[in-house]
Amino acid sequence: MHNATITSLSADLAAGKLSSVELTQHFLNRIKALSSRYNCFITVNEEASLQQGRAADRLRSAGKAQPLTGIPIAHKDIFCAKGWLTTCGSKMLSNFVSPYDAHVVERLDAAGAVNIGKTNMDEFAMGSSSETSHYGPVRNPWDVQTVPGGSSGGSAAAVAARLAAGAIGTDTGGSIRQPAALSGICGLKPTYGVVSRYGMIAFASSLDQGGPLARSAADLALLLNVMAGHDPRDSTSLEREREDYTRELARPIKGMKVGLPKEFFAKGAAPAVVKAVEAAAAEYRRLGCETVEVSLPNMKLSVPVYYVLAPAEASSNLARYDGVRYGYRAPDYSDLTDLYQKTRAQGFGDEVKRRILIGTYVLSHGYYDAYYIQAQKVRRLIARDFAEAFRRCDVIVGPTSPTTAFKLGEKIDDPVQMYLNDIYTIPANLAGLPGMSIPCGFDDRGLPVGLQIIGDYFSEAKMLGAAHQYQLATDWHLRTPPGIE
Amino acid sequence: MALTLDDVKRVAHLARIAIDDGQAQAALSQINDVFQLIAEMQAVDTRGVEPMSHAQDLVQRLRQDAVTEGDQHALFQSVAPHVDGDLYLVPKVID
Repeated sequence: MHNATITSLSADLAAGKLSSVELTQHFLNRIKALSSRYNCFITVNEEASLQQGRAADRLRSAGKAQPLTGIPIAHKDIFCAKGWLTTCGSKMLSNFVSPYDAHVVERLDAAGAVNIGKTNMDEFAMGSSSETSHYGPVRNPWDVQTVPGGSSGGSAAAVAARLAAGAIGTDTGGSIRQPAALSGICGLKPTYGVVSRYGMIAFASSLDQGGPLARSAADLALLLNVMAGHDPRDSTSLEREREDYTRELARPIKGMKVGLPKEFFAKGAAPAVVKAVEAAAAEYRRLGCETVEVSLPNMKLSVPVYYVLAPAEASSNLARYDGVRYGYRAPDYSDLTDLYQKTRAQGFGDEVKRRILIGTYVLSHGYYDAYYIQAQKVRRLIARDFAEAFRRCDVIVGPTSPTTAFKLGEKIDDPVQMYLNDIYTIPANLAGLPGMSIPCGFDDRGLPVGLQIIGDYFSEAKMLGAAHQYQLATDWHLRTPPGIE
Repeated sequence: MALTLDDVKRVAHLARIAIDDGQAQAALSQINDVFQLIAEMQAVDTRGVEPMSHAQDLVQRLRQDAVTEGDQHALFQSVAPHVDGDLYLVPKVID
């Protein structure tokens, strides 16, 4: 049951072969037995999940079932869910029971999906390894001595270990795609503005975007169909016609132009990663696509630009955690300033504090133009590179991450090394473009390699089609981690 | 350009994060590594380039000046660290 895709579970539920309560209980049993091995959940609430399972079964009896009705979905602990502890991986929110639902949570709920639990993550989504969590590091189901990637590492590990049929995550600089790659599953970051940020705890608001993680491209399409949509409560949510993201899955991709940015293959990527990605490009040629070389000359500037913009926006967004209205408050303090300073010193972890300090500095008097405005200008150069590349191709493919999963603790004390993990994923966030990662092979230690597909604005359906056609021809996405039956 | 220990303490104060000398010293070297990375972008010639604050060209939407939310203060204050009556309590600010 747990090895089935959402697509096939949905068909089984529709055919009456199983009930949502049975399916929910099955995943809850697996979580009880296995989740401590991976530390991928922060909160599991059996009764709340089973109640949603029962509600899903009632919807089905009433003839109101949709494709996700009764499907157990794990929620990254960055999404506010009413009545659920919502920590964002931080001590600062370790006592925060959300009084309201995120837009995405409302939509999944309305579709009859079951929230199977809240997943572990890097604190406030700041990290690429899911090691900065207040709740301890997440472990990769393919090798528990390695990281699952981050920041949506708990969601990725839960899907990889078959503890949830699918999951939701967020991606500010690669936080859906990189953990999907390192954990051997699929993940999609939509075009900025497609998924509402309402109730999604803010990190860097001009970059944050929610999206799905699952085991196949077809499943991602089903999840995105529910997650996407206009929401007036997010001022950057786009007003667009509703789309069916499954519409291009079955379309042959013969004649599609696949761009290979030479900078993605130049240096820095591990040989095993390059080999797997080149083999995927060859597979696309076999499927009748034409591969063309394209160039993103400013790509190398993405990481420096990101580490100005994201901390700047974070320092502003995280100013709200003051120990007054919700969340953690330091036990002892002398006056109001002391209350703020001790609450924030004790409530935030090292990485979050480091980024707040960097962000505060680059926004401070006398440095704003040299850092923040300059970064926004270079951001435009990076976006222009993509516009130029998409004149020559339909989609861009390359590695998602320069390496496969690395050892726990290997990079945690060297922020710059950690940041460089996101060299291939950050450019799409800066430009606001959709990007996804699908499995495309393994290294010699048996760790998965991710293939990144980047599309032009609003081309998610086309990207999902390109991914699905690849998955019809290959079986990388069907492999299971060792010990998972 | 490298930051100094005083810079770190100054921004920590601006950000209202308590920091002692040892912590500031540890933060300093890691932050300077990050600024070394950031320096790569500062060398780029961006004359004539418009800053890009956002991926989409959006304007703020206007809405009717009408009440859209009901009173939920009891619910929202139920997660506050310290409340008395309807008030959030903080240390005394004015004598």
